[in-house]
Amino acid sequence: MPGYTSLAISNIDNFIYGNCPRPVALKNGLVIGGGTVYPELNFTLPDMLIEKSSMPEVLKQYAQMIEGACQRAVELHAPGLVVEFELLPDLTLTPQWGAEVTAIVRETLDKTQSQHGLKVGLRVTPNDIREFAHPPILRSGGFVDKMFRSFELCAAAGADFLAVESTGGKEIHDDAILNGDLHGSVFALGVLGARDMAWLWRRIVEISSSYSVIPSGDSACGFANTAMVLAEQKFIPRVWAAAIRVMSVPRSLVAFEQGALGPNKDCAYEGPFIKAITGCPISLEGAEAACAHLSPIGNIAKAVPDLWSNESVNNVKLLGAMAPTVSLEQLVYATRLMNVASSHGPASARALRDWVSESDATLDPQAYVLRPDVVLDLSAQIIAEPTPYLRTRRAAQAALACLRQAGANGELTYSNLERRWLDKLSRSADELPENEQEFTATMISLVNKTKVRLEEYGIE
Amino acid sequence: MEHLLQQIYDHILNGEAKPTAAAVQQCLDLGFEPGQILSEAMVAAMAEVGRLFEEGEYYVPEMLVAARAMQSGLAVLKPHLVKANYKPVAKVAIGTVKGDLHDIGKNLVGMMLEGASFEILDLGTDVSPEKFIAAVKEQGVNLIALSALLTTTMPYMRTTIDALKAAGVRSQVKVMIGGAPVTENYAREIGADGYSADASKAVSLARSLVEA
Repeated sequence: MPGYTSLAISNIDNFIYGNCPRPVALKNGLVIGGGTVYPELNFTLPDMLIEKSSMPEVLKQYAQMIEGACQRAVELHAPGLVVEFELLPDLTLTPQWGAEVTAIVRETLDKTQSQHGLKVGLRVTPNDIREFAHPPILRSGGFVDKMFRSFELCAAAGADFLAVESTGGKEIHDDAILNGDLHGSVFALGVLGARDMAWLWRRIVEISSSYSVIPSGDSACGFANTAMVLAEQKFIPRVWAAAIRVMSVPRSLVAFEQGALGPNKDCAYEGPFIKAITGCPISLEGAEAACAHLSPIGNIAKAVPDLWSNESVNNVKLLGAMAPTVSLEQLVYATRLMNVASSHGPASARALRDWVSESDATLDPQAYVLRPDVVLDLSAQIIAEPTPYLRTRRAAQAALACLRQAGANGELTYSNLERRWLDKLSRSADELPENEQEFTATMISLVNKTKVRLEEYGIE
Repeated sequence: MEHLLQQIYDHILNGEAKPTAAAVQQCLDLGFEPGQILSEAMVAAMAEVGRLFEEGEYYVPEMLVAARAMQSGLAVLKPHLVKANYKPVAKVAIGTVKGDLHDIGKNLVGMMLEGASFEILDLGTDVSPEKFIAAVKEQGVNLIALSALLTTTMPYMRTTIDALKAAGVRSQVKVMIGGAPVTENYAREIGADGYSADASKAVSLARSLVEA
């Protein structure tokens, strides 16, 4: 397993969308990270229950969504198409149902490929249903068994890539976000989350190997995107959400240390750091994901991805077409522009990258930390540390220092209230001990034991 | 004397838990009515916290610290409120609907309602309709707050309301709903009494429902 000690991409000129040192190739010739950015479409059901009696309608909905999207991809001359089927909890709780949907999506993708020559890929993302137990039981029991069965059945049913948005540590992190508790966040991400990721991803990589599919990556969605959405609602400071984003990097990196190969998940805005460190391709989402959530990083997210996604859209009728078809159209046009810029040479590609970065970076700290040069700088600092805890500690300290510097330089403006929070969080980050055991012992005495089973993380 | 109530108010606003409890005890020792301490100092402070939040001067972390200070004062005050037969504004059963584990919004609404003198029965996540029915029948709940984040779990809001009807308790309780995919129209469509677009508007909605 790779133990990352240096950056795979250290030169800003080489840190760009569509290209990475370790591209991922499918048997059909689709290469992700090999020069072309492809659309990655994700869709979900409209307002409806998923139960045995509604499964025929569920399958019909998915068939409609994939058929509409494939047809539009062909009409718009997409150079390739990746589809993500992200299982809803009910489709993972009954693994066979998720596999049935996977098979339907696969069949239409294959038909489109054979009829029209469109190169296709399918990412399948089972739901992390382990949190249905309260507190979550992470390593054994019915939910764990069903989740892994879902991975197996979906792999057998035609997935090219397996992914997950795992939630180990989230039971502690939600409160840490709302309380502005930096130490709680570091504990959840750098200790609990990283331990769970190591255990979980070892198994996902094994399953992937058994079924000859690609273990693609994990997302800190339940951590950092929760913070981003709360910041958008003005519930928490934006500097806090930006710090959490960077602090989520070491946790998500664990999947790659265990053998994930990319493309990393679309909603993982920590992806640029993952790409810089591992050299693996990433998917991202931004402006075309406004159908799913607000974000202050709609353009800058376009700077370095290898797939460009819409996050998710539910199957409702819009004036243009059904929403997934509309989303696909938006993705095709966005990626077409990126690829045309690349076709004019590296200087043109870099110009587009820098424009999309500049358009967001000064307006929000969450965008600032995604500026490609900032990503490389922070990534180098993170990777200089040897363990997930120390990397998370460094991520917190480095991100906050970087935001303070950006404020001092006039590259970023924030309110007095944000500034007070930046000071408060910086003091808290400086108090993080170097000794992980000391930190863990302190946190164990503070955590709400009714919310977490520490033994599930190998902590007694 | 009123400066003592002002002290409680200030301590809550500043999120100072121990001083809040001490000031409440001092007021009780001096013979203040428990209801007066609650409404004129504590609820008033939380209303100001809500206003500061609405105006962007506080974030949720500041609200939570204030809420904890309020809780520490309430712990001192509660036995006296019971003795004085003081009633909360309403008793609210709150939870995410069956199949839904997304509880941040629910927790914020619960915290804000508690600060506004509602009594909260937090049923947690993935709550079946039967549990809400039991809350009405056995716990005297008169307001239910339902939350859902997924389009595939929000239909359980309708299921829950239908189950309340079938159990014959719908008329005893108001139902308010919220969550990312939920709309005002959806609330009307499924027979809910109200919809709140976000946690901060939930308090005024809850008040209007129980006062109606």
